[in-house]
Amino acid sequence: MRALWRLTWVEVKLFAREPMAVIFAFAFPFFVLFIMASVFGNEIEADDPEEVEVWRGVGPTDYYVPAYIGLVMASIGLITLPMRITSYREQGVLRRFRAAGVPLPAVLGSQVAVSLGMMVIGAITIGVTSPLAYGTEGPQSLAQTGAALVLGAFAFAAIGIFLGSALPSARSAQGAGLILFFVMMMISGAGPPRGVLNDAMQTVGNTLPLTHVVLLLQGAWLGQGWDWSAFWLVNGFLGGAGILTWRLFRWS
Amino acid sequence: MASSRCTVAAMGSGNQPILSTRPISVSRLRKTYRDVVAVDDVSFEVDHGEIFGIIGPNGSGKTTTVECLQGLRNPDSGEVDILGLDPRTQRKALRNRIGSQLQESSLPDRIRVWEALDLFAAMSPRSRDWESLARDWGIYEKRHSAFATLSGGQRQRLFIALALVNQPEVVFLDEMTAGLDPAARHDAWGLIRGVREQGATVVLVTHFMEEAEALCDRVAVFKRGTVLAVDTVPGLVAKYAGESTVRFTHDADLPWLDDVEGVERVTRQGDRVVVRGSGPLLAHVAAALVGRGIVPVDLRVELGTLEDVFLNLSAGDERA
Repeated sequence: MRALWRLTWVEVKLFAREPMAVIFAFAFPFFVLFIMASVFGNEIEADDPEEVEVWRGVGPTDYYVPAYIGLVMASIGLITLPMRITSYREQGVLRRFRAAGVPLPAVLGSQVAVSLGMMVIGAITIGVTSPLAYGTEGPQSLAQTGAALVLGAFAFAAIGIFLGSALPSARSAQGAGLILFFVMMMISGAGPPRGVLNDAMQTVGNTLPLTHVVLLLQGAWLGQGWDWSAFWLVNGFLGGAGILTWRLFRWS
Repeated sequence: MASSRCTVAAMGSGNQPILSTRPISVSRLRKTYRDVVAVDDVSFEVDHGEIFGIIGPNGSGKTTTVECLQGLRNPDSGEVDILGLDPRTQRKALRNRIGSQLQESSLPDRIRVWEALDLFAAMSPRSRDWESLARDWGIYEKRHSAFATLSGGQRQRLFIALALVNQPEVVFLDEMTAGLDPAARHDAWGLIRGVREQGATVVLVTHFMEEAEALCDRVAVFKRGTVLAVDTVPGLVAKYAGESTVRFTHDADLPWLDDVEGVERVTRQGDRVVVRGSGPLLAHVAAALVGRGIVPVDLRVELGTLEDVFLNLSAGDERA
C-alpha cells in the first residue's frame, strides 16, 4: 500500500506537469458539449414520436450530458492510459520499477488511480457547467449516477490497462487508441444518437463498451431507470479487461 | 567492510550443499527464448568486493545472464546462488540486498531527482536517507531538477544513487556508460570504484574493453551464450594476446635478433626494426642490444590489450 500511495502521488504530480494532458482533461469535454449544444440546442418536437424516441424523450443537450461523461472516460481509457503504459515500457521505466522492487499492483494501481481522478474531474466539469451554461437538468438519481460513474470509470481504466499491456509500442497505442475512440464516439450514442444509426452500425455499437456505459449513465442521469443489461455488460468488459491484463502484461 | 558481510554456509537447491562465502556463484546456467539459445552452460563465481566484468559482443548472452542473476528472468536450468539466495524462489528477499542499473531503462521525463530517490527509497526497508546519498553522488544540488534536464553524466550519478539506495551487497551495472562522452565515462569509472569502496561487490556488463581494463579485477568473456574465458585482465592478455611488439631504429643488419629468447619474427622497413614475440620480450631484446653496445633512443614496446584478447577469442571458437 505504501508503494501504491507513493507512486500514485508521484504520478499525480507528473500528470499535473503536462500542460497538454491537463488542458485535454478539463477542456475537451467542455468543448464538445459546447459544440453539440450549439448545433442541436435543447428543444425537440414533442409531437414527433420518432424524434422523441431518438433523444430518449429529453432535449439534445440533456441527452448529451451523460453521454459526454462517458466520452471523457473513453478518451482516458482508450488513448491516455494505453499511451502512458506503452511509453513507460518503451523507455524502460517499467523495467527500472521492477528491478527496484515496485510491485505490479502499485505500478498499475497508480495509473488507474490517476485515470479515475481525471475521469472524475471531467465528469464534474460537465456535470456542473452544463446546468449553469445551458440550463440542463442535473442527475435525477444521484445514487444511480454515482454507481454508474464508478463502474464506467473502472471499466475504462481496466480497458486502458489492458490496451497498454497488449499493444507493443506507444506509437501503436496512439493509432489503435484514436481509431477505437472515434469509432466509439460515432456509433456508441455519444456522437449521433443511436436512434439515427442504421442497423449494422447499431449492431456493431452493441459490442462496444462505451455504448453500454452511455446507456447506463443516461438511464441514471435522466431518471429513466437502472439499465441492468448495460450494467452486466459493463461489468463483463471490466472483468474481461482485467483477466486479459493479467495474462498479457509484460514489464519489457 | 566487505568481509563483514559474508554470507555463511548456504544450502544449494541441488544435492550437495554449497559451502560458499562467495556472493555470486553461477553453475551451468542455461536460458532459451523459443528455439534461440541465449545462454548455454555458463558458470562463474564472483568474490567479495570484486569488480567482475562481463564482456562480449551484442547478443552474446551478457544481459540475459545478469537478468537471471537478479531474478528478472527465470533460467531454464542451472544453479544460481546470490548472497545465499535463489533468485527464482527468493526474489523479494534478494531484491532488498542487490542494486541494479539495467540496460536501456529510463525514468519519466518530468520526475524530479528527489522524487525518484524518495520513491525508490520507499521500496526497501533497508534504504538509507536519500539526501545523504544524493550528496555522496553529487546530485544534491540537482534534486529539484526534472530528469529530462539532466546531462548524461548527471543521469548516471542518479542511476547509481538509485541502485545504491537500499545499501546493496551486490550491484549489477549493465552497459551503464553507453552513450556517454569520454570525459563523462571516465567520471563514471570513478563512481563505480566508489561503489566498491562502499563495500559492495560489483558486476559490470560492458562492451568497452578499456572500461573493463580500467575497472575490473576479473573479466568473463562471453560469446554466443557461452563463457570463453574468465581471468584477470593481465591473465587474459598473457593467455590470449601474448604477442607483444618491440620497435626501435637502427641502420645496421642485426641477424642475431632472431635467436634472442621470446622473439618470433623480425621485420625491417628501412632503418625501422619491428620485433614480434611473447613473454618479457622488451627485457630480452633490450639486454641483447645493450650487450652488443647498441643503445637505441627510441626503443619501445606495445603490449597486448584486452581488445586483442577479445578479437582473438572471437575469431577462433576452437581456442576456447
